[in-house]
Amino acid sequence: MSKIHVTTSVNGDPTEFLCDADETLLDALRDRLGMTGSKEGCGTGDCGACSVTVDGRLVCSCLMLGAEAEGREIGTIEGMAKGDQLHPLQRKFIEHAALQCGICTPGLLVAAKSLLENNPDPTEEETRYWLAGNLCRCTGYDKIIRAVLDAAQEMREAS
Amino acid sequence: MVQVRIWGSLAAMTEDQTEVEIEAGTLRELLDGLAEKYPAIRPQLDRGVSVAIDGRVYNDSWFTPINPDSEVVLLARLKGG
Amino acid sequence: MALDDKQLYQTREFKVVGTRVKRPDGIDKVTGKARFGADMSAPGMLIARVLRSPHAHARIKSIDTSAAEALPGVHAVLTRADFDEITDDDFTADILDNCMAGEKALYDGHAVAAVAANSPSVAKAALKLIKVDYEVLPHVTDVDAAMAADAPVLHEGRANETVPAGMSPNVLSRYEFGHGDIEAGLAKADRVIERTYRTEATHQGYIEPHACLASMGADGQADLWCCTQGHYMVRNTCAAIMGMEQGQLRVTASEIGGGFGGKTTVFLEPVALALSKKTSRPVKMVMSRSEVLRATGPTASSSIDVRIGMTKDGQITAAFAELRYQGGAYPGSPVEFGSMSAFAPYDLENVKTVGWDVVTNRPKQAAYRAPGAPMAAYAVESAVDELAKGFGLDPLAVRLENAAREGTRASYGPTFPAIGLEATLRAAKDHPHWSAPLGENQGRGVACGFWFNFGGDTCVSLNITPDGTVTVSEGNPDIGGSRASMSMMAAEELGIPYEQVRTIVADTGSLGQNEVTDGSRVTFAVGLATIEAARAAKREMCKRAAQVWGIDEDAVEWEDGAARPAGPNAGKHPPMTIKEIAAIASNTGGPIAGHHEANPEGAGVSFATHMVDTEVDPDTGAVKILRYTVFQDAGKAVHPDYVEGQFQGGAVQGIGWALNEEYIYGDDGVLQNAGFLDYRIPVASDLPMIDTVILEIPNPGHPYGVRGVGETSIVPPLAAVANAVSEAAGVRLTQLPMSPPKVLKAVQGL
Repeated sequence: MSKIHVTTSVNGDPTEFLCDADETLLDALRDRLGMTGSKEGCGTGDCGACSVTVDGRLVCSCLMLGAEAEGREIGTIEGMAKGDQLHPLQRKFIEHAALQCGICTPGLLVAAKSLLENNPDPTEEETRYWLAGNLCRCTGYDKIIRAVLDAAQEMREAS
Repeated sequence: MVQVRIWGSLAAMTEDQTEVEIEAGTLRELLDGLAEKYPAIRPQLDRGVSVAIDGRVYNDSWFTPINPDSEVVLLARLKGG
Repeated sequence: MALDDKQLYQTREFKVVGTRVKRPDGIDKVTGKARFGADMSAPGMLIARVLRSPHAHARIKSIDTSAAEALPGVHAVLTRADFDEITDDDFTADILDNCMAGEKALYDGHAVAAVAANSPSVAKAALKLIKVDYEVLPHVTDVDAAMAADAPVLHEGRANETVPAGMSPNVLSRYEFGHGDIEAGLAKADRVIERTYRTEATHQGYIEPHACLASMGADGQADLWCCTQGHYMVRNTCAAIMGMEQGQLRVTASEIGGGFGGKTTVFLEPVALALSKKTSRPVKMVMSRSEVLRATGPTASSSIDVRIGMTKDGQITAAFAELRYQGGAYPGSPVEFGSMSAFAPYDLENVKTVGWDVVTNRPKQAAYRAPGAPMAAYAVESAVDELAKGFGLDPLAVRLENAAREGTRASYGPTFPAIGLEATLRAAKDHPHWSAPLGENQGRGVACGFWFNFGGDTCVSLNITPDGTVTVSEGNPDIGGSRASMSMMAAEELGIPYEQVRTIVADTGSLGQNEVTDGSRVTFAVGLATIEAARAAKREMCKRAAQVWGIDEDAVEWEDGAARPAGPNAGKHPPMTIKEIAAIASNTGGPIAGHHEANPEGAGVSFATHMVDTEVDPDTGAVKILRYTVFQDAGKAVHPDYVEGQFQGGAVQGIGWALNEEYIYGDDGVLQNAGFLDYRIPVASDLPMIDTVILEIPNPGHPYGVRGVGETSIVPPLAAVANAVSEAAGVRLTQLPMSPPKVLKAVQGL
């Protein structure tokens, strides 16, 4: 099977990779580019652990083909902090103990960032529905929701 | 002598006694004494037991001292998730 | 190790323990750097995939691997024939049989062959070329059906001596616990109720599928990377299956993406090692979600009869339960623990439980958070609630009236030392949640739960670096923040800031044997070993200071991170800090470390009370959780955030078990919902905040009073939610999950 050559941008870096025609973007990120921050929890778009943004839109990278990244801008968890400056959401997740095992954390952070870009002042209910596609089995979501709402407030005050 | 409480289904192996007396000063002596006096209990001892001594659970420590007036209860081997 | 004075609890003022410090692995986990099971690769590695049985029960007549082996890119095909049979150890033989089927495939999803290839797509293609000739056999997946005399039989001759003659060979063990006279007790009751409850199998549902990377050389030495709750267990089990010496296999635990008991055994690791041995290449294996659901341990499903008698003023006069659990295709359902824990929250004169361990054509059950207890508590707490409400009594008051306390003879035998059940009940009664108003179609439920703790083999090594900072090596995978807790306890004991201690999880080559991260044991047992290791280092540092000062080492004490002269003859010397002692370690005898190896006993038991408000939609049967409060005794909360997190996480897993989660089998014995879309675990929009109240009744067997907290929180919620739904719906439901169709039927009286 001949491979497909893909030219794309990942976290602002110009990036090229070769992938199979039936290979998911998640597998391309993890296996071709060594970016293992995005996780596969289900492979069927149900758990959100593989959440990335494509041209700013939140998607499950397990439901998109690697070849479809051609010409797009991909954003992953690896691009969330700027150097040693954590994104406020990352900082608040640590402060609020919003992670236990941490496997869902990258996907939740990418999804929460997307929420706050769309809605800087979400209610608890809006936050819960936006994150309903990101499964966490450890925390019961309580501390995650608190962390997101606290980060949103800090970001609003800073802007 | 130490009084040892045996759980219900195990009593079938101790001549239907739910309390048995064993000469023992340590956990190991207790388990050896049980097996000697009631050979039918051996399969369960092989599968593993825990022992509650005065309300505290012990799994393995052979040389845990047991006082004659200690409350000693044989339990199924404890594990968890 | 017997309990000695050092282990006994002593009151103290804490400086670090009890604060909410930041976890040491936080940044790696929020930036995607943390490496989990599937995140590791090795040069030249092959990818392996597993072929699984499509049948619930089938004899494997033959397996033809020739076409798969001939496919370019395929390096090896593995079947059971590649493993030596294990004849002297049923426990390990069952694990091997579960990893790779022998004569029979025992459930839908049972592994029958594996392929190692140079790419995932080649491995996948090769699986399709393996020809398995099955003779399909009759199957059984329901626990009650499997006990019937004419049920299809999984194994002959596996029942132990406790099972009466004449029962189905699927019944493997019988357990009986209790004391007193049930019939005499029931005769004193004003009302006796008799109910049968059923719960479905649920999966631990960790988000990270099982994954490993094995590498074995021609010299027989091997390295294994995997996500597990216990890499020492993985080493020992794999060594037994592979016929290796344990010392030749080094296992490194990856970060672990959830376990909840489900990662306390092996599924892939022996297969990966065997394929690596066969190919002399590193072999990586990662399960799909559907493989996780089909072939790794869910918990047992259950069918439970309860008879309880109560006087009209709320005194329980006798309590009986008969519990039937199916644990999948092999012995070992957690019915023993269900039978022991069912009535543990109660002080009862007459109590008896009978448990039956039954096999069915389902995946081998694995431990799931307080294994066996949640379903037993669901049945008992539902019946107690129905009795209390039937007499018009306050269900919390009834539980307080009958509560087990210090001196109570537990239903499973021993007499309780200091326990916290009463404290959780009183806290619940005094909490504003208990008196908050409820609206139409709403109901409030409460329930209690109990779980054991235990110790187990534990090693900790604590090193003082030359600059006086501290590293702690422990052997238990950190599943929910335990590295932070260990650093905190080391800092507390040494009297230094938390930031100056870094804890790592060491591989199997670095420490002695360590029991799995289970039984809520890590903060208790590893914490104890960490404290002892720190005390050993302190003794050594005091000795070094004494040498420098030229005084007796008994005349030196440790306080606030420094050695200080103490006593009348010590003389006047300024305190010597850990940094100062570390700096001259080479001159005073060499590097300084403390270590502790033990099998700590004396773990304390743990109790919780949960309170929940629900609303039932009478048109759809959907249940909404409106408010939830957990009251649990933690002994001492080392890091309160992560204690709360354990309370909240357990409660929500219990809510899922109560309302949605279930293994659904078709008539063909095939699992119908092997994915997160149809096996629906709670999502953020299903839930309110989960409030927590931490009670601290010190465990007398731990120097800081710590009790394990991880498991108890999943015990009460099934019953608490059921009691709330029954009140909201105006009708008692006796089967889980209370999914919308079932609730609707009950509400409509169908």
